[in-house]
Amino acid sequence: MALPTASPAAPPDPHPALIAVLDDTARTWLDESAAQVAADPVAVRRLFPAVRRKCGHGHLDAHWSVDEAARAALLTALPLRGQALADEVARLHRHGDPAEQRAVLRALPLLDLGDLALPLVREALRGNDTTLIEAALGPYAAAHLPDAEYRQAVLKCVFCEIPLDRVTGLNTRADRELARMLADFAHERIVAGRAVPQDILPFVQAFPDVVGGRAELQHALTDVLKEEG
Amino acid sequence: MRIFDPHIHMTSRTTDDYEAMYAAGVRAVVEPAFWLGQPRTSPESFYDYFDGLLGWEPYRAAQFGIQHFCTIALNPKEANDPRCLPVLDELDRYLAKDRVVAVGEIGYDSMTPQEDEALARQLQLAIAHELPALVHTPHRDKAAGTRRTLDVVRESGIAPELVVLDHLNELTVGMVLDSGCWAGFSIYPKTKMSEDRMVEILEEHGTERVLVNSAADWGRSDPLKTRKTADAMLAAGFGDDDVDKVLWRNPVAFYGQSGRLELDEPKPDEEATFQGNSIRRGGA
Repeated sequence: MALPTASPAAPPDPHPALIAVLDDTARTWLDESAAQVAADPVAVRRLFPAVRRKCGHGHLDAHWSVDEAARAALLTALPLRGQALADEVARLHRHGDPAEQRAVLRALPLLDLGDLALPLVREALRGNDTTLIEAALGPYAAAHLPDAEYRQAVLKCVFCEIPLDRVTGLNTRADRELARMLADFAHERIVAGRAVPQDILPFVQAFPDVVGGRAELQHALTDVLKEEG
Repeated sequence: MRIFDPHIHMTSRTTDDYEAMYAAGVRAVVEPAFWLGQPRTSPESFYDYFDGLLGWEPYRAAQFGIQHFCTIALNPKEANDPRCLPVLDELDRYLAKDRVVAVGEIGYDSMTPQEDEALARQLQLAIAHELPALVHTPHRDKAAGTRRTLDVVRESGIAPELVVLDHLNELTVGMVLDSGCWAGFSIYPKTKMSEDRMVEILEEHGTERVLVNSAADWGRSDPLKTRKTADAMLAAGFGDDDVDKVLWRNPVAFYGQSGRLELDEPKPDEEATFQGNSIRRGGA
């Protein structure tokens, strides 16, 4: 079977979809705020936190909420580059509440940051907030997170019950070592008489040799393949 | 009876307090940023504290059916330590947040030039962010300190109806109400103000622009003093409507000027967490 399709390589810039859903007052506020940020980057420090009550916080599309998309618009308006951009973004994240931190993490692929924002991704991955972990594992992490950390992040998702189809880049980054780690995890669960999350099995199946002589594990995989028909 | 405690430091209180407060009728609180009884020595300590006032504490309160808002400021006592002054440069970030309903506590502790500077700057921040200001009056030399505070408030240009002067007593209430500012009273077990004295003040000065709070914190204090004051008002012959005005409608009117007071009673949820952490013990 094919590996589950992870999210596309990069969610498109949410700005057009956002403009379509905002009412006149919110759109005007966002346009003016983006212009202020472009003229004076320090303005982002008081405008970024105010977004939820100015623009709302409903669902926008599969990737973005309205407030995350509006906050992304303020970040992409920053007239900064390189380390200066990374520092301003990191401080917004440092002083941000969870919603602001999610917005920063989701916006990373829209910003020209190279590897400079990896500390923000790592902080989310160290924590217990599944919404932040999920936001951290978007196209930016898929492109920049080193292999060993990426594999650990996927395993953490399995432990936190974050469905793997919400993790970007698995279709290209899942490798034999990740398959081995997931197979060992599944085996541990089977021996303990506990359920195995079904969404990890295709990644194990892609590298059949990692199953080794473990009959119970082979059995679980065969069951899944039967169900898939 | 519905009660809004407009000044209480819940970070220092227990979950038993939250339970007792809900049972007494408390449905909303404002927690002003203040000192911790032991001085902070770096700005980062303030930022972690502010993050807690905006994150963990509203989560905790919601588990007991209580809405939690806060005020943010560099308090006067710690404004005297030059190591803490950089906090003033980061307040813009915090004053822009949704659950921040005023700048505070600001004001005087020892009436130093550093306190002058911090008070004046933070009144300007209140104007810039279109927020009310919660102004602490000094425990020592209170009458002179209150007069001086009113002068600084007047010079700042902030509208008096956006300002509450707190911890008042019989000697300071008159000048504050005459100025157009709100008058705040902290009801304590032994010091500052008692519920019976509070009732006498209400009899003399009326219920307009008056806020009553417990100011409960890590010291000897009682988070149920709002309810006990309400009971003392009823015993002295005030009606239910007077009690509702002083203990609910007045604080709602004052902090409502922020435009950020969204009062919908939170539903306690055993499974809820803040950033993956919960108040359950033995669990996450």
